[in-house]
Amino acid sequence: MRKSSNVSTETRNIHLGYYAVLREQRGLSEERLATAAATPRALYEELRARHGFRLGVPQLRVVVNDEFGSWDTPLQEGDHVVFIPPVAGG
Amino acid sequence: MFRISGSPINPEALKTQLAAAGAGACVTFEGWVRDHNEGKRVRRLEYEAFVSMAEKEGACIVAGAREKFGLDHALCIHRVGTLEIGQIAVWVGASAPHRDEAFAACRYIIDEVKHRVPIWKKEHYIDGDSGWVHCEHCAQPGRHHAAETTPGESTAAPRIKAAP
Repeated sequence: MRKSSNVSTETRNIHLGYYAVLREQRGLSEERLATAAATPRALYEELRARHGFRLGVPQLRVVVNDEFGSWDTPLQEGDHVVFIPPVAGG
Repeated sequence: MFRISGSPINPEALKTQLAAAGAGACVTFEGWVRDHNEGKRVRRLEYEAFVSMAEKEGACIVAGAREKFGLDHALCIHRVGTLEIGQIAVWVGASAPHRDEAFAACRYIIDEVKHRVPIWKKEHYIDGDSGWVHCEHCAQPGRHHAAETTPGESTAAPRIKAAP
């Protein structure tokens, strides 16, 4: 965590939702997490390192507070974040 | 309108919602659960959705189709939960003054839904294996996930398949 940024070491409380393959790999549908990750990209890499998620950022989209978001938009306290694996409806 | 449904789809009831005095054509599409995919025999499917986002994205697709094709009505319902072979996984219907628009709209809606809406499909195979469609083959090789392995099964082989 220390290596990731010299901009800020403050932590944010993020609400995470997991679906499909990520839900199974995490073993949870949702959780609250205090993180120093400043962006969705950093947050996903932190989670990936911790839980061994096999999908990488290029295969995912990210939803922040019920809107498709950008990987590099700064996270805010209380954000609700969901990483979207490749979809397969129909 | 777009809706996620946890209970079986009833096409006849849905079709009545497409009626319009000015409509000269009604095209409907049903996506069915089939017993095979990519060379594997499928026992059943499990669908999961991020419901709030799926309904928002789906509504956007259906509204876009109404506008784009000048439809009278359009409707799409997608199932979640466990589905058996032969069950309807998704239903699309479009009514329009003429058939060209109704056919094109139906095709557009199902293609966009498959491409954009946060719904996932897990295939359960006859051989006991299972996998999330579009999520297994693009994962990093060599990191087979223990939870997807039934007791007694070898964990040695990665799930990556060569392209046909």
